[in-house]
Amino acid sequence: MPRVSRRTLRDALSVALTVGAYGVAFGAASVAAGFSVLQTCLFSLLTFTGASQFAAVGVVAAGGAGISAVATASLLSTRNALYAVQMAPRLDVSGWRRIVAAQITIDESTNVALAQGSHGPAAVRHGFWLTGSGVFLFWNLFTLVGALGAKSLGNPAAWGLDAAVPAAFLGLLWPRLVDTKIRLIAGVAVVFSLVMTPLLPSGTPIIATVVVAVLAGWRS
Amino acid sequence: MTWSVLLVTSALCFAIKLVGYYVPARWLANERLQRINSLVPVVLLSALIVSQALAVKTHVVLDHRMAGVTAAVAALLAKAPFPVVVLCAAVTSALVYRLH
Repeated sequence: MPRVSRRTLRDALSVALTVGAYGVAFGAASVAAGFSVLQTCLFSLLTFTGASQFAAVGVVAAGGAGISAVATASLLSTRNALYAVQMAPRLDVSGWRRIVAAQITIDESTNVALAQGSHGPAAVRHGFWLTGSGVFLFWNLFTLVGALGAKSLGNPAAWGLDAAVPAAFLGLLWPRLVDTKIRLIAGVAVVFSLVMTPLLPSGTPIIATVVVAVLAGWRS
Repeated sequence: MTWSVLLVTSALCFAIKLVGYYVPARWLANERLQRINSLVPVVLLSALIVSQALAVKTHVVLDHRMAGVTAAVAALLAKAPFPVVVLCAAVTSALVYRLH
């Protein structure tokens, strides 16, 4: 097996550390939403896809039904299936390795891996495994830190934790707003969910905005 | 409810990841499906921002949270890194909350 290049290692580590540190925000948000420290840590270990974790605890915090939380979180993670399709032929794994690969198939591992494309197939695999396991390690570590921190703080609003959650979503959305069309679609989704808030049970206006994605994406 | 949300979300999110390793690539190669799928995070994240920053149950409420999100927008425009963006929002929101 070819050696890991310094460049791939640097890319993987820098992404793993920055994204991992974001786990503090999740840990704090989850505890503020009423999940225990144990449940919060299990979220990061078992669900391990940031936006979906934030969504699940966010909907619960907003008083939404469990089914709304689960549906929103799952819909947000469907992109991981498409990442897996991209990674499957490049990793060529089976058995337990495939199970492990699936769990760490997320935005960061896939994007770092594909970015190594010009340096050969080995660099792609290294990028995937290093980034995926690095993010897994730091994300879980920092989740625990955030959860314990929030538990000792008390009232979430007094420490701004209730604003940290929408800010976290904004931070995840921002890099996706690459052109006018996408910004427009995001704007329509904002207006649509605002209008739906008083009309639908809490939590459901979020899933309802998928209609906007379907309509906007139907034609190219 | 918290346990069922945790366990069902985890199971579904893992199954979704795993599916991609088993289904033939051409099943998910449909252009329309890919286009819609790439927009799903955009609309869901937008709606999540609204629900977290402006909604209390089924009411639209303008309060300290929106002040925090406005600070986050400013931080993003200034190209601040993620943790700084979240911190700006939290500090601003906490200040407005305490001053009120």
